[in-house]
Amino acid sequence: MSTDEPALQALVDRVRAARVDRTRLAIRGGGSKDFYGEAAQGETLDVTGLRGVSSYEPTELVVTARCGTPLAELEAMLAERGQCLPFEPPHFGRAATVGGMVAAGLAGPPRAAVGGVRDYVLGATLLSGRAEVLSFGGQVIKNVAGYDVSRILAGSMGALGVVCEVSLKVLPRARATATLRFETGQAAAIERMSVWAGQPLPVNASAWWNDTLVVRLQGAMAAVDAAVARLGGERIGADPASAFWVGLREQTDEFFAGALRESQDNPASRLWRLSLPQTTPPLALPGESLLEWGGAQRWLVSAAPVATVRDAAARAGGHATVFRGDKADGVFTSPAPALALIQRRLVQAFDPDGVYAGGRLNRDAPGAG
Amino acid sequence: MNAPPPVDKVDERAARAARQHEVVAALSALLPARCLLWQAEDVAPYECDGLTAYRAHPLVVALPETDAEVASVLHTCHRLNVPVVARGAGTGLSGGALPHRLGVTLSLAKFNRILKLDAAARTARVQCGVRNLAISEAAAPHGLYYAPDPSSQIACTIGGNVAENAGGVHCLKYGLTLHNVLSVKGYTAEGEEVVFGGDALDAAGLDLLPLVIGSEGMLAVVTEVTVKLVPKPQLARCIVASFDDIRKAGEAVASIIAAGIIPAGLEMMDKPMTAAVEDFVHAGYDLGAVAILLCESDGTPEEVAEETARMLDVLTGAGATHVEVSRDEAQRLKFWSGRKNAFPASGRLSPDYMCMDSTIPRKRLADMLLAIAQMETKYGLRCANVFHAGDGNLHPLILFDANEADQLRRCEAFGADILETSVRMGGTVTGEHGVGIEKLGSMCVQFSPEELEQFAAVKRAFDPSELLNPGKVIPTLQRCVEGGKMQVRKGLLPFPELPRF
Repeated sequence: MSTDEPALQALVDRVRAARVDRTRLAIRGGGSKDFYGEAAQGETLDVTGLRGVSSYEPTELVVTARCGTPLAELEAMLAERGQCLPFEPPHFGRAATVGGMVAAGLAGPPRAAVGGVRDYVLGATLLSGRAEVLSFGGQVIKNVAGYDVSRILAGSMGALGVVCEVSLKVLPRARATATLRFETGQAAAIERMSVWAGQPLPVNASAWWNDTLVVRLQGAMAAVDAAVARLGGERIGADPASAFWVGLREQTDEFFAGALRESQDNPASRLWRLSLPQTTPPLALPGESLLEWGGAQRWLVSAAPVATVRDAAARAGGHATVFRGDKADGVFTSPAPALALIQRRLVQAFDPDGVYAGGRLNRDAPGAG
Repeated sequence: MNAPPPVDKVDERAARAARQHEVVAALSALLPARCLLWQAEDVAPYECDGLTAYRAHPLVVALPETDAEVASVLHTCHRLNVPVVARGAGTGLSGGALPHRLGVTLSLAKFNRILKLDAAARTARVQCGVRNLAISEAAAPHGLYYAPDPSSQIACTIGGNVAENAGGVHCLKYGLTLHNVLSVKGYTAEGEEVVFGGDALDAAGLDLLPLVIGSEGMLAVVTEVTVKLVPKPQLARCIVASFDDIRKAGEAVASIIAAGIIPAGLEMMDKPMTAAVEDFVHAGYDLGAVAILLCESDGTPEEVAEETARMLDVLTGAGATHVEVSRDEAQRLKFWSGRKNAFPASGRLSPDYMCMDSTIPRKRLADMLLAIAQMETKYGLRCANVFHAGDGNLHPLILFDANEADQLRRCEAFGADILETSVRMGGTVTGEHGVGIEKLGSMCVQFSPEELEQFAAVKRAFDPSELLNPGKVIPTLQRCVEGGKMQVRKGLLPFPELPRF
């Protein structure tokens, strides 16, 4: 990516100036995920001007796009050639951008089967806190030249700088898909998902709520047909199934609508995202739960104290994030001290003057004067 | 009688001996006598890894047996300001485990236990010295396996795989080491325990696992790895396709991908390589072909039948002169045995060979092979080629005789030319073998001075004293200038203030 590009040069100039006059900048794309993470600090740095797909070669299975490119536009372009981002990133609004997708690092329903955002990042161009435009990784699948900096940008929430451009691995869309529904309790659903995941079955996504387990199969036609015959359950029609998975991904379906109502009625109620070892038995926490990723991602609507939820997640070997609701006690779980020290030093290595104020990852901004 | 060595050489030796005495004394307090080597004949086996062209004796070799010993060795080395080079099985191909003359080589060979295999969670927690293949063998009774399969998998360790982000022949479909590891436990240069990743699919805070994986022992010393296990496909079939033209073979690779197929494996060998491996393993390859492709499909029997039929269509349409589908598992393994023995087979062609490892966009495969053919003439050396064609990763094996000084020099120039050509084609200097010591010069071509300086800052965030495997992976800017290899952007040379000759 060349700094001759006016949109990029404008960002470089702005960061350079901020570095000199000690201003803090809050990176913002389409704003679709403004609700997520810690509160932004500083003047808004709008990066939507840097947009467009720089290159797309279907036979190379890679697409390179600037951060301000609308996610919907990118996905439509891939779909035209029968390809997709297999991790089905949530948009949370029409304004969602490619850069925001990488910075938030959130993946949709197929995460457990296909990997997350970072698994598809092949390379990136970063505008660091030193106002340097740096490229890491590339456009090829295998690349171990230098440290894999591009992949740590996934979920970095702006802490390391502006993700100006990113190259992503893409894959052909599955030739066949089928969604099945089963009546089952939570513990049995977790167990069933783990058994199925251990067998050569094309399980691509799963969700459990309200004693119902919904499973999506995806792959070669023969493989999906064979799995449908083997697993049983009730097959859901293509259109309602597709609507269900989109509603789950975008958090517009019944469970999440209920969570929203709950938080309006009760300010202490939060929507938690728990990331746990997949086989963790149901947690004894008050509130309503929806499980995804075979049990590895659990949504909890609860007014339980923050420490109670975090402790339960930590005891199970995972962590808990306040996804929506009162963030006064912090959004993210703090890493262990040795790791937290490395993270702090790493943020300083990219942004010594704290221009980006640690992004929306931490509330104690490192390095800022 | 030999002339006496110059005075500064004598001084250096005396200083090294004194340093050795000091470090041995300090480590003797931490480790049993059997875990410490320093006599020249004892440390000689550690003088190189799989890249034998570079050798050095370490000051001391430490072979700790427990995590506590690793922590205390690191802590003490940090206190004494001694470099530490971690080492697994020593199968690395880029000199990443080349000892430091004034450093401790930390051999983790004794960390060879599988700590926990959880079939329900499909994970295995293993010590870093466990061999790659041993994990799959332990998982086999549960119908599971560990997917990444570098060709050295019978010998290489998972710790080494983590250090290099090792790939193998099935990466396109199953991913690299990174995609198959949940967490690593290790120690910082100061000897502090630290865990990257976790048993969940993501961990709190910045996700540093991708930085540590592939960091060639420069950010932390890894002692434990939790890997994902995946269900073993019920069936796998391999197609061998012959081509009479390099371009047609390259286009066949692109056509398979364009057809929406992600093969479990997709490999290419050129004619000299095919002849070499056929002579070695008798896999039944077509010796008349200019290039052969190995295309594997795996999954349920129905899936494999569907995909194999589609691949055959594409290959025939792309001009394959001959295709053969493995009829059973024995024949499939036979087909692969040739590919997996490409390196040892090359060892019989020539006294020495140097294996390159760059990656290029798939569409440039044929261009690259033709460019290499021209380089053979230019440098007066032969080259046999195997490619992980599915992911564009090349392994040209340059054949030479190390006993002839000029051949090593020409071989290095040949290799550098391949790497620089790869970068120009939009690729990278190393796909899976790592930078180590071997490709330091080429890093100057791929990255700008600012990017190299950012890498160095990343290193210092983990290891402020820069004691873990110093001198590898990230070239100093001075080295780039002296080697005459500088990335030139916008026609301006960086560091105009530095003299050039």
